[in-house]
Amino acid sequence: MSILGTRVVRTEDPRLLTAGGTYVDDLRVPELAQAARVTFVRSPVAHAQITGIDTSAAKEAEGVVAVLTVADMDDLPPPPPDSGLTGTEGAPLPLGGHWSEPLLAIDKVRYVGEPVAIVITDDRYQGEDAAELVSVDYQPLGAVVGVDGALASESLLFPAAGSNVAVSTGTPADSAAFDACEVVVEHTITNQRVAPVPLEGRAAAARWADGKLTFWVSTQNAQIARFILAGALGLDPSGIRVIAPDVGGGFGAKVGIDRDALIVAWAAKHTGRALRWAETRSENLLGMTHGRAQRHAVKIGGNRDGRILGYRLEIVQDTGAYPRMGGFLPFLTCLMAAGPYDIGHVETAYQVVVTNATPISAYRGAGRPEATAAIERAVDLFAAEIGMDPGEVRRINLVPADKFPFTSPCGATYDTGDYVGALDKVLAGAGYAGLRAEQAGRRERGDVLQLGIGLSSYVEITAADADGGETARLVVHADGTATVYTGSSAQGQGHHTAWAMLVEAELGIPMDKVTVIHGDTDLIPAGVGTHASRSLQLGGVAVQKAAVEVKDHARRLAADMLEASEADLELDVERGVWQVRGDPATSRTWAQVAAHAGDAGLTADVNHTEGKPTFPFGTHLAVTEVDTETGQARLIRHVTVDDAGTVLNPVLAEGQRHGGIAQGVAQALLEEMVYDADGNPVTGTLVDYAIVTAAELPSFELLSSETPTAINPLGAKGIGEAGTIGATPATQNSVVDAVSHLGIRHIDMPLTPARVWAAISEAREGR
Amino acid sequence: VKVTVTVNGGEVAAEVADRTLLVHFLRDVAGLTATNVGCDTSSCGACTVLLDGRSVKSCTVLAAQADGRAVTTVEGLSDGSGELHPVQRAFRAEHGLQCGFCTPGMVMASVSLLAENPAPTEDEVRTALEGNLCRCTGYHNIVRAVLAAASERRPS
Repeated sequence: MSILGTRVVRTEDPRLLTAGGTYVDDLRVPELAQAARVTFVRSPVAHAQITGIDTSAAKEAEGVVAVLTVADMDDLPPPPPDSGLTGTEGAPLPLGGHWSEPLLAIDKVRYVGEPVAIVITDDRYQGEDAAELVSVDYQPLGAVVGVDGALASESLLFPAAGSNVAVSTGTPADSAAFDACEVVVEHTITNQRVAPVPLEGRAAAARWADGKLTFWVSTQNAQIARFILAGALGLDPSGIRVIAPDVGGGFGAKVGIDRDALIVAWAAKHTGRALRWAETRSENLLGMTHGRAQRHAVKIGGNRDGRILGYRLEIVQDTGAYPRMGGFLPFLTCLMAAGPYDIGHVETAYQVVVTNATPISAYRGAGRPEATAAIERAVDLFAAEIGMDPGEVRRINLVPADKFPFTSPCGATYDTGDYVGALDKVLAGAGYAGLRAEQAGRRERGDVLQLGIGLSSYVEITAADADGGETARLVVHADGTATVYTGSSAQGQGHHTAWAMLVEAELGIPMDKVTVIHGDTDLIPAGVGTHASRSLQLGGVAVQKAAVEVKDHARRLAADMLEASEADLELDVERGVWQVRGDPATSRTWAQVAAHAGDAGLTADVNHTEGKPTFPFGTHLAVTEVDTETGQARLIRHVTVDDAGTVLNPVLAEGQRHGGIAQGVAQALLEEMVYDADGNPVTGTLVDYAIVTAAELPSFELLSSETPTAINPLGAKGIGEAGTIGATPATQNSVVDAVSHLGIRHIDMPLTPARVWAAISEAREGR
Repeated sequence: VKVTVTVNGGEVAAEVADRTLLVHFLRDVAGLTATNVGCDTSSCGACTVLLDGRSVKSCTVLAAQADGRAVTTVEGLSDGSGELHPVQRAFRAEHGLQCGFCTPGMVMASVSLLAENPAPTEDEVRTALEGNLCRCTGYHNIVRAVLAAASERRPS
């Protein structure tokens, strides 16, 4: 029986559990033995002109090697030209030109946490002391806070651009399209700014020697990091080695490398000193990109029989101080705006605005959770308006199973699915009718603890950049072991285990004889990395293809060794040996076959691309208890179907779902990066920024469902982001549902006790 | 200040700056890098170690406060026979870790919890681990791992 699809525990874990991983700051390699520490001097103000920087006192401090500002950056290539793409859909970013983001601040700062100078010291504590001695004069400018602040245009972040709106696009509103609807509901919904908070913050180490840069960095994409480094520093990629050692979580915020890491690389080259940098958590909450930060205006219309006829989504994306990937995210939101529903008329439009806040980039889901949150709230608003059960409204409007492949009005072609099946499985698994009866009982009795049941049906896009592909190199050695070099590097997903399973399944070389290597551009010059739920369907398929190529090669070698025709040879995958069909006495081991390959070796190199992305789907059902006296909402059950096609290893797939659900629930109930009216962050530490703990969550109830895709030979879709996409709206809907009998139709996230209590109070006073 | 700490059974002595945190003493002086720093507000628990058998957040303890005392980190948890400690074994069997960054602290907090409460309920595990943050697992499998380790350790 194939190992694929079975519950295999991870090969990564013994090392992580006994010695701990080797994250960037754990590196004790000789090249970094004399490394100095980098400490950043960051802007304490949201928007200001820099009128002077005095580094003299810092330079005199103990242990200081150098204090560097933009004045020292005379050895960099010019910034990128204006891409000229403002106003176009899916503009690649950064935009450049008027919107250029410097490395160290040039003459302005645009968000609290922006890098202004660095201090290089012999040890970490000296760096914190010396950084405080750097004196920067700031002439405050009007802070642009939130999307309304940006649109008001009283203050401009980039005066030369003439506006705070970096991108504006979409279809004009067609009000006639809703004329045929018996019911139209409109609402404004905030999808708040959140912080990714991987447990390992950003970290890098750099050494410049013999004209070559070696750069260790906590990244999801070593090869992309090298590409970015080469461009920013004006170096040839062949002169850069990027190594991603163990990475302590990424969640989209470690795609490529960002500004701070580039500064560390530049400083190592500039000073000739090996350098280390590991940010503090307080720096991380301001310096690492944030996610989400969209405001939605939704309009949904349909008939009282439950049929939805029209939907419009208008987005204002707050991209923070510089248009990085935040300029692209609403494009993905619009692509997925129609959700899993068969709606005749769908319109989308978006604006991307700059504000004096941390730049926005990908965060687990990257544009798709926002799409799901908008339409799932809209569907509940519609259901409430017509007085129909939200599960029933979904069933009426979900794309039926016989309509795949289905091209949505937004232009996405959903490959395979059974959306109604997922909904029904979750309703049955949760005991929906019983939950509604319990809810009715509590309402009847006027219980303080009211019960809410929230649904979210979703479809998402994974491996959206499928045409970028992924690389794999597989080598079978003369001792019978194998090595996989993969362009897809992990931050906890379990690639070592998954890729070894693929090799064992195809070749019969047992997993414990398969070594998986990733995240080193000297060993793996070409690759893309781990993001957008792409790894298995691109990187995994590449490994499988490499194994098939190796097998074809080995068949020829074994035929030669056994003086038999290739057609008569078979690979006994159970024993991992080649033999003449039906004659075990003739068997040759992988070691023997690999040795026979001689100097040429037994190797395959694959760069696998796909023409199309895949579309996983599912339904989440959240049950919350809301204390109507305090406003406290507590998730007590979470039941899901997340169908990502054929599952390679249920242990890993479930782990991805668990983690995503927790982050999704946390956005609904707890998390928000809050700025005051002057652009000062008020949630800048983990004391103020409430990431979810074990005590606030129940165990999750995962139901299985596998609808394979035909797009790749594994039948696999992506699973990494399903949790955040499904869980956030289900949880939000459940809290609103718990108090809907009071006349409440919507409460914005996060659904903190204060907000829920305020909504309850307002509803009761309004009676 | 001169500090002498028994770390995982062996003595580590060094002259360190007064303000040296125990976690930096462990990482930079003792050379044990499993114990991680995940925040600067004692919130995340990635740095949890045992000090004289009780869990502490080593980012919030000065090395000098550990002078003359015994510290156990995850590197010193198994008995050296190559066998994993029951809590380590349960974390692997139940997939209680993903990126691994919170894991050393999470494991040590779990060991401490089970020393104090050998047969916890799920709610007790969740409450006891409130000071240890994990961003990958949603805690689901961590809780299962701790409960599994507890039942393995209990004589049936």
